[in-house]
Amino acid sequence: MVAEPSPQDNILLDVRGLKKYFPIQRGLLRRTVGYVKAVDDVTFFVREGETLGLVGESGCGKTTAGRTIIRLYEPTAGSALFKTRLLSPDGSPQMVDLLKADKQQLKLLRQEIAMIFQDPINSLNPRMSVSDIIAEPLVIHGRGKGPEVEEIIVNLLERVGLRPEHMRRYPHEFSGGQRQRIGIARALALNPRLVICDEPVSALDVSIQAQTLNLLQDLQADFNLSYIFVAHDLSVVQHVSDRVAVMYVGKIVEMADAEELYINPLHPYTEALMSAVPKPDPLYKSERIVMQGDVADPSNPPPGCYFHPRCRYAVDICSKQTPEFRELRPDHFVACHRAEELQLRGV
Amino acid sequence: MSSGDTLVEVKDLKVEFDVREGIIKAVDGLSLTVKRGRTLGVIGESGCGKSMTARAILNMVPKPGKITGGEILYYRQVGGNGKPLITDVINITKLDPDGELIRQIRGGEIGMIFQEPMSSLTPVYTAGTHINEAVTLHRLIPIRKVGDQLVETIQAHRKVSKQEAREIAIEMLRKVGIPKPEQRVDAYPHQLSGGQRQRVMIAVALSCEPKMLIADEPTTALDVSIEAQILDLMRELQETVDMAIMFITHNLGVIAEMAEEIVVMYMGKQVEQASAVELFYEPQHPYTRALLQSIPHVGKKSRQRLASIAGMVPDPFHLPPGCVFHPRCSSFMPGKCDVIVPGWKQIGPNHWVRCLLYEEV
Amino acid sequence: MAQATTKGASETKKQVSQSYWSLVWWKFKKNKTAVVGGIILIVFYLCFVGLAEFLAPYSLERRSNYTEAPPQIIRFIDAQGKFHLRPFVYGLEKHIDQETRKRTFKEDPSRVYPIYFFVRREPYKLFGLFPTDIHLFGVDESDPAASIFIMGTDSNGRDYFSRILYGGRLSLMIGLLGQFLTLLLGCVLGVISGYYGGATDMFVQRTTEFLNAFPDIPLFMALAAAIPKHWSPVTVYFMLTIILAFVRWGGLARQVRGLILSLREREYVLAARSAGASDARLMFRHLLPGTMSHVIVIATLSIPGMILSETALSWLGLGLRPPLTSWGVLLQEAGTVYAIRYAPWLLWTIPFLLITILAYNMLGDGLRDAMDPYGGR
Repeated sequence: MVAEPSPQDNILLDVRGLKKYFPIQRGLLRRTVGYVKAVDDVTFFVREGETLGLVGESGCGKTTAGRTIIRLYEPTAGSALFKTRLLSPDGSPQMVDLLKADKQQLKLLRQEIAMIFQDPINSLNPRMSVSDIIAEPLVIHGRGKGPEVEEIIVNLLERVGLRPEHMRRYPHEFSGGQRQRIGIARALALNPRLVICDEPVSALDVSIQAQTLNLLQDLQADFNLSYIFVAHDLSVVQHVSDRVAVMYVGKIVEMADAEELYINPLHPYTEALMSAVPKPDPLYKSERIVMQGDVADPSNPPPGCYFHPRCRYAVDICSKQTPEFRELRPDHFVACHRAEELQLRGV
Repeated sequence: MSSGDTLVEVKDLKVEFDVREGIIKAVDGLSLTVKRGRTLGVIGESGCGKSMTARAILNMVPKPGKITGGEILYYRQVGGNGKPLITDVINITKLDPDGELIRQIRGGEIGMIFQEPMSSLTPVYTAGTHINEAVTLHRLIPIRKVGDQLVETIQAHRKVSKQEAREIAIEMLRKVGIPKPEQRVDAYPHQLSGGQRQRVMIAVALSCEPKMLIADEPTTALDVSIEAQILDLMRELQETVDMAIMFITHNLGVIAEMAEEIVVMYMGKQVEQASAVELFYEPQHPYTRALLQSIPHVGKKSRQRLASIAGMVPDPFHLPPGCVFHPRCSSFMPGKCDVIVPGWKQIGPNHWVRCLLYEEV
Repeated sequence: MAQATTKGASETKKQVSQSYWSLVWWKFKKNKTAVVGGIILIVFYLCFVGLAEFLAPYSLERRSNYTEAPPQIIRFIDAQGKFHLRPFVYGLEKHIDQETRKRTFKEDPSRVYPIYFFVRREPYKLFGLFPTDIHLFGVDESDPAASIFIMGTDSNGRDYFSRILYGGRLSLMIGLLGQFLTLLLGCVLGVISGYYGGATDMFVQRTTEFLNAFPDIPLFMALAAAIPKHWSPVTVYFMLTIILAFVRWGGLARQVRGLILSLREREYVLAARSAGASDARLMFRHLLPGTMSHVIVIATLSIPGMILSETALSWLGLGLRPPLTSWGVLLQEAGTVYAIRYAPWLLWTIPFLLITILAYNMLGDGLRDAMDPYGGR
């Protein structure tokens, strides 16, 4: 069940058995009548300095997974070990469980984990100036005073490609791409080590998307950042990620090195998903695998493998038994009963 | 150009928005032709005027926008069934936007589907009512008088056998691949998934057997697997009913798959037009080239930097002089591009471009 | 050649950054109706609340021998058609109506009383601070028969204009004060209810539903009846304010809660939370400011309701009682067929009340439009 990272791996974040169930409440007394299993037993890890892509269709739980790790939602079960020096008295690195950290610990740890959000309009408080927005994490953690803070802000703005005079302005005066840059500057204010990027480019225009992706890559190199890159766009995820995890209805169905995943997918869902992406090439003859029907309802998933009703390789066992998430090849994990025998098509 | 296969011809269309800060030229001198049964793609970033073009064709430009120039000719075929085919030419820009004729065309002969189906479907009606409405309205338009639409619909339901309309509705739902259409016809939009809602919208648009379908970002709000289903569906239906499609999107992958001919727009102007293959394999305008290079491709080697277009889309009130793209252009020629406005130049049998690189100045 | 022409293109583009509130102000200023409403209210509050003693020629309880005297018209031209630079009024003359046996007053053109400005009369404290005895206008009182009642007198011979001024003070203040209490209660409970959710939310919501389920007037009546008769009028006044606020906070709390619920999931709030912001910071830095625009609009638009409730209660005899004077009390005195038949000037309260309410609505509508400055771009 557990993907055991090999000891020489430089693991920054090790998430195991993460679950987040949202109760469904009905009636006057708000009795819980069921659960939306948004994240259902998810296991993955992130190495230092790498980008893990988390990809899947809407409602697959990728955003919830990211938010639960940083405790925006309280987890239902699981652990998320994060390597940090902040909590040990002598400053030596140790693995701390984010999901069990108390309030004080969590506040300290949040200096090392930042988030970038999807919506460049909604993610900046319209009532605050740019400098207030970027300074907020610094103020919360009591870093620096007056001129110092200003200097940090100016540096950050320049680093993300904005001008220092922008700091006196308000979010509505910026274009979508610029707002996303402000959001990135805010995320970098505390020098984090892990940045959870939640669909950072999906609301941006094509030409702005490329600029933003390049900026994220430059920053990663400069500050040795690790990214969890949550997105629905397979081509974007493949472009930025070292490794990719594919989610379907709250579970990770496959996780592997990006190139490996795209060339040798082991899960039928990955194969179908990749074949469905429209290719920017009018001469490309797609042999598209059309998945029938809609994504399963996470409050009432089908038995066995959640993908089996839409899977063209499904056999008896698929509807009865939940497949195990296992390392089939080195660093290539998959949850499919028939992974060993199937010959799937990559891109 | 033989007018026989031309369905809609847009000539030098201008749409302007007169707002407090000034005038925005949302569409500026656009010309294009939609041929019967063919798919024309329009691609561009947000604010380039692609959606306004679509709305102008239906004479539905929202206030404070106005069509300020050019004409949109709709070649309407009347007759058939033994009678000789006559082609009426209707200039849509000259029609009263609330008049009888445009209403007949709108939804009846030119259908439209939008990005988010939920907002264009009224949530209080069941899916079946929507199609019924479109069907009955279309059938009853000749005897329809000015009046409250709702009352008319009820009257229409009584005159045209309601049962019949309902059967057509079910048939359409089946056609667009909704499972159990007999039950789904009584479902409310919120009970359907996003993909199913888009299917219902397509069913609504197609129930009147339009000659042309305008699809404005029809799959942008959908997941990849659902998007694939919808695109397949649209192509299948186009083959069976012989309908022209104007497909508007910002997604290069989608347009490559759907369109036979593509118009690239930037800041209200068309900058390049060519067949899909030619546009993707031999793009001529620097903007088209940059756009094609700036998207990551699935399967290509990752971790390279993307070629990005420098700078930002200009403020519509302070457009640069000369070619609007020159501040971001990699082939910028000082003294020319920032002074001269490039013309619309044909550079191949079916290839036009608006760029000074191809003009002798 | 240029693709877009800016109106006044020559002016260099302003690079001055505008905060939310400066944008709101900028948009508000363009709405003439709202600005007029605002100015009316400022003038009213200044006159009624601040300067009532100065503007009123008489004190609240100063009685004269002229009961139910009609308004004395301010004149510039006398009976001979001669123009006077200094305005004057005619004296009042007693008449007995032979049929009804009723005592009435008529203007007597033979007695002319010039109006003097900045006269020294009864002493008072301006703004409750500076002792003075200067009034805006008056007549020479060396003649005991001299009087100036520009809106007539009531049945006790008190100057009605002065009473409207003093009455406006209480009516206008009760609206403002009551609304302030409502805001305080509604915002605090709404924010807490929306932010913490769960049992807290449940309790607050059920309470507001309970309060909302009561019909207004009977509830007012019950609460007002509970005020002991022996309490001083001032205490009654404050109790009434509290009652009005108490009955009305529910709606506001509900709206604030709804707004908080939608704001709570905004990404900028999540961003602050993920940076480690405390509950207090989230509530008061991110959530509450986001609701302020709505709250201000709702509050402005419901002040008239507050004023009218007071008026209605007082009119029913359940609110303020003499000697406290509010517009409601004045209306109660005027609220008889007799008064309307024989002393129609007692209805002068109504135009003031109407203008106030209209002005509040004009202001509120303007604020509502201005509060969304990003819209329509």
